[in-house]
Order: sequence, then structure tokens, then C-alpha cells
Amino acid sequence: MSTTHFLFWFLSVLAIFSAIMVVVSKNPVHSVLWLIIVFITISGHYILMNAQFLFIVNLIVYAGAIMVLFLYVIMLMDLNADSEPQKNKWLKIAGVIGGGALLLVLVAALKDADIKNQLAQTGSGQIGLIHNLGMALFNDYVVPFEISSILFLSAMVGAVVIGKK
Amino acid sequence: MHEMFLIIDWAIAIEKLVLIAVIVSLSLVVAMYETYAERKIAAFIQDRRGPSRAGPFGILQPLADGLKLFMKEEIVPNLSNKFLFVIGPGLAMLTAMMTSAVVPWSSHLHAFGRDIDLQIADVNIGILYIFGVVSMGVYGVMIGGWASNNKFSLLAAIRGASQIISYELAMGLSLIALLMLSGSLSLRTIVEQQQDGWYYVFYQPLGFLIFLVCAFAECNRTPFDLSEAESELNFGYHQEYSSMKLGFYLFAEYVNMFISSAVMATIFFGGYDIPFVNDANFGAQHGQNLLATLQGLSLFIKVVIFIFFFIWVRWTIPRFRYDQLMNLGWKGLIPLALLNMLVTGFVILLKQNNWHF
Amino acid sequence: MNALTNRSKTVERKPMTFWEKIYLPAIAKGMSITFSHIFKKKPTINYPEQTRPFSPVFRGLQVLNRDEEGRERCTACGLCAVACPAEAITMEAAERLPGEENLYREEKYAAKYEINMLRCIFCGLCEEACPKDAVYLSETFATANYNRQSFIYGKKDMLIPHPKLQPEEYERAKGLRVNPK
Repeated sequence: MSTTHFLFWFLSVLAIFSAIMVVVSKNPVHSVLWLIIVFITISGHYILMNAQFLFIVNLIVYAGAIMVLFLYVIMLMDLNADSEPQKNKWLKIAGVIGGGALLLVLVAALKDADIKNQLAQTGSGQIGLIHNLGMALFNDYVVPFEISSILFLSAMVGAVVIGKK
Repeated sequence: MHEMFLIIDWAIAIEKLVLIAVIVSLSLVVAMYETYAERKIAAFIQDRRGPSRAGPFGILQPLADGLKLFMKEEIVPNLSNKFLFVIGPGLAMLTAMMTSAVVPWSSHLHAFGRDIDLQIADVNIGILYIFGVVSMGVYGVMIGGWASNNKFSLLAAIRGASQIISYELAMGLSLIALLMLSGSLSLRTIVEQQQDGWYYVFYQPLGFLIFLVCAFAECNRTPFDLSEAESELNFGYHQEYSSMKLGFYLFAEYVNMFISSAVMATIFFGGYDIPFVNDANFGAQHGQNLLATLQGLSLFIKVVIFIFFFIWVRWTIPRFRYDQLMNLGWKGLIPLALLNMLVTGFVILLKQNNWHF
Repeated sequence: MNALTNRSKTVERKPMTFWEKIYLPAIAKGMSITFSHIFKKKPTINYPEQTRPFSPVFRGLQVLNRDEEGRERCTACGLCAVACPAEAITMEAAERLPGEENLYREEKYAAKYEINMLRCIFCGLCEEACPKDAVYLSETFATANYNRQSFIYGKKDMLIPHPKLQPEEYERAKGLRVNPK
């Protein structure tokens, strides 16, 4: 078993375990912290695929910024067990059916996908390096990239404008 | 790609391990003496003499402080979340130390028949790596503040988190202009571009200013130490902490200060470049090892100047009010950084066009 | 409303100008002020090694005085105890026996003389009340101990050293300023 394999299995097991813990944890703050671990392990997978830029952006944006906001909101909530509303029984059943249907669709989609022959390029892929990614973004996808950047800029300006009121 | 598990290039592994050990212990020692410098400079600025009893000129004061922290009783509050309470300071320390991995401390030594890079990892996303680790640094504050189960700590944690997120944005934007000039995210490449030429601070004075302000905010230093504002929040997020857990939080701040000084020196002030000396010629004349040592020393002096600046500012400028802090970040620094980016891009285009419109 | 004093200043609440808004000039000014202070002379006095000169009216711990030949002046008249507002002084009198003329000046002396230094307010009324100039307040003031009992000073703590037998200690105990009245 090579180092890459070992790391792959380690990260995968940790990711799936943490993902389960996100759902199972009673305390929302614990859920968020487990979710952060999920993001970090997924970033680890990006490294194994030599996608350094994706690794760090995933870490900055998801684990670093979005999860902080999640944590922020959850910390401000009243987390007493008494104030927790009693869940409707039908709601639970609906949740199980919805989740099960999603699982079914995913399994069906993956079953037909040709995953056997398209192994991830562990350690050898070049597409995730920042140079190649920049080339792709600014040559092949300039227009969508620029439009989305303008969208983000306007969102930021909007936030400042709202803050100014 | 098919190397067997545990077949590792031991030479590189040992080299890197030694380097990591040296750099980690170096940053700890520097952080220790930063506390001494902080107290001494604070004293001088206030016309006092500062710590002067432990050893000559009080040189052993940090050791005495550390010993005191170790001897203190360790208290974990009853209603706190015990595991997270312990993990918080550890995270703060971990993220503070991890940033040092991508900073090039000098060029390379020539020893044992091989060139040894004095940098733990020369990744081509160096600057982004620093941002990533810094953004992880919030969790030390947030988890510690929440797990303490104390309203003041929680408020401080929330303040700290929103402050760090806000200033990270301006920090990133201020660097983009510089990255357009350098064309690389690797810190070593950025330093090599500045060798024997103009430092980037002359091309990007506004970018440097914004970065500097943001670095203060990211390190939770006065004037931006809102998350530990004693007069409003008792002691901030580490109010419930005692003994070495408190020590870790306080220490992490000083390690952060050291590393961010090193990053600023690297990006804007030529890193390990020796000013007014042609490094390549000097290396050819006097040997690579002497050059590397002097370069490391040069970086260290730059870092020390920055640390002095950090301390100097702390004992000059009073703390911002919270709305002033947010105004400065969102309405002051971010538009300025965007403007800086636009102007820089414009000039670069103009230059590519041989100064014709 | 009329101002009570002519020292009051009206506060200007004009919006900040552009130069004030960017903070930088003010910050630079403040930084230069603090930097200049680094090189200023420090007024600190290194206490245990250096001491400040005392004021001539300083009142420290009490001392029981002897006369020039080393005899105790105190006659245990009790005036100091009566004068003491904090009631810190207690004493027991005894009669001088034949052969003790070189120890005590008068026929009566204080066999026990105690001042509770925790009660004493160092007002100096005992010194003023004493008709024999036997008790006066010295320049010693920093006392430290582990229990309260030891702050009840007895004769052995307060009696000044013998001027003939221990002249050096006597001079030191007298202090710099003292000329016993």
C-alpha cells in the first residue's frame, strides 16, 4: 500500500465518519465543528489529486469563512434543550423519505457512471495547479468568470451600501 | 507514483524535520522575548524602567513569567464544554505555528554535499496558504470563547470572528495588486524578484499600508484588540482560562505577531535580501554559507523592526470602537484596496502597451 | 447657563475634515510623541537600593529613646497611652532596684511597653505627650511579617541601641534627621 493510498483511505474514512457525526450530533455547534473536519478532509483529497489551488480555496472559503458564519449564527441561538420544539412525527417520516430518495438517485447515477476506468489522477494531475487553472479560466471561460466576478463585486458593494444606512 | 509505503527519502525527511524543529523553537523563543520587549518598550514609552529584577536588565523575565503560568492552578469551569475548552488554546497555537511553513527564512545552505533550502515548503500557493491558515485561526478564538460558557467570552469570540473575517477580505484584496506585479504566489519567487532591485513596498505603498492595518487586526493587536477589550468584556475570550491554557492564548498572539512580521518583511521588504549589497556577487566572493547566514540575519533584523513597530503602535494608539472598526474595514480599506487594484492593473496594461493608450 | 468657572472649554462637534478622517497624520503625531519618550530620563527610583529623602516631618515607627549614658528615658507615666487616639499603647511600670541606676534614668521605669503597630495611626501624639522625650517617631516605615501577633512591638523591638556600647547601630537607628529634643 503506497503512501497515497494510505492517506486516501485515512481521509475517506475520517470524512465519512465526520459526515455521519454532523447528522448524528445533538448539539448544533458540534455538528458545525464536525462539518469543518469534513471540509478539511475533502481539502486533503484535493492535495492528493495535486489540486493545490482548489485545496487552499476550499479551506479559505468553506472551512475558513462560511463555517465561521455558521458557527457565528448557531452560537447566537438559544441552545437549551427545553426550548427545542417537539418535532412532528410526520415531518420525520417525510425527512426519511426525502433523504432516501436522494440516496437512491445518487446510487443509481453512480452505478451507471464509468468510475472503474476513470480513476482520479492521484499525485500526477496538473489541472488543479494555479497556472493551468488560470489559463483555463481566463482563456476558455473568460465571460462566465468575469460575469460571476462582477456579481460578487456587486454583492459586496450592496453589503456596504446596506451597512451605510 | 508507485513508491512503497514507508519508503521515504530519508535525507529530505530528516532535513525538513530538523528545519521544522529549528523554526518552531525559534519562533517560540522569539515570542518569549517579544513579551519581554513588549513590557520593556511599554515601560520606556511611559517613562518607566520595565522589568529589571530577573537577571541583568530583567533578561530572564520571560522564563519567570512562563514558570509562573505553569505553576498556576488549572481551572476548567464546571459548566464548560471540557473537550472544546481544552482544544481552543491548542488550535490557536497550532494555527499560529503553521504559517511559518511557507516563509523563506534564507536562500540555501550548502552542507553534507547538498543544498538545503531554508524554507519548510516552497509551494506555489504560498500566500494563499497563509490566508488559509489565518482563516483557520478564528476557530481558536471562537471555540475557546463558546466553550467557556460565559457571556463575555461569547461576545468577545463573536467580535473576534467578525473582525477577522472582515479584515481578511481587505487583506486579500490589497495583495491582489501585488500579485499582479509579481505574477507568482510563491513567497520564494516573490523574494527573488526583489533581490537587488526595488522592494515591492515602493511599487505598492498603498497596498502595504492596507496590509499592515489588516495584519494588526488579524493579530488582535491594539488598536484592534476588540476581542479582549478588558474595559468592556472583562478579559475577552480567554476570561475563563487559567494557567498554561491562558499562556497558550497569550503566546499564540506573540507567535502570530512574529510570523506576520516575517510575512510582511518577505512580501514587501525583500525578505532575506541584504539591502545595498549585491547578494549574488557577495555569495560568489565569500561562499554560499556565509551569504545564507547573513541573509537570514537580514530578514531577522527586518522582522525585529516590524515587531518593534507593532509594540510601538500598541502603546500609542487607543482601541477603536466597534462601529469605527467595521467602518474602517468595510468602507475604508476595502474600497481603497479595490482602487489600488484597478490603478495597478491600469498601469500594468499601459506598460505592456509601451505607455500608449 | 453661566459657567461656574472661567476654565470650561466649549467642545466643538464639527464633522471631521478629510485630513482628520484618514487618521494618519494624527497617528504619526502620536507615534512621534511616544517615540520621543523612549529616550527621556526615567524618574523611577530603584526602591530598596535607592531611597527618597524623607520630609522633616515624616512619622514612622516609634522608637524608645535612651539618654547620653544609655539609660532608658521612659518612666512609664502613661501619658502617651492616654494621648493615643488609637489606643495602641500599653505599658506596665516597675520600680528601679538598687544597682540598676545605669539602666534606667528615674526611679520608675516601663517593665513592659507595647505598641500595636496595626492599630497605630502614626499621628505622633505620643511623641508630643511624652514629658521625658522617651518616645519619638523614626523614619522606619516598611514593616512586614507573617502573623498579626508579631506586629505588637515590645521593648526589644523599639528600644534604641545603646549609644556607648553600640554607637554605629545607635546612629543608624536615630536616622538622619533626628535631633531628639
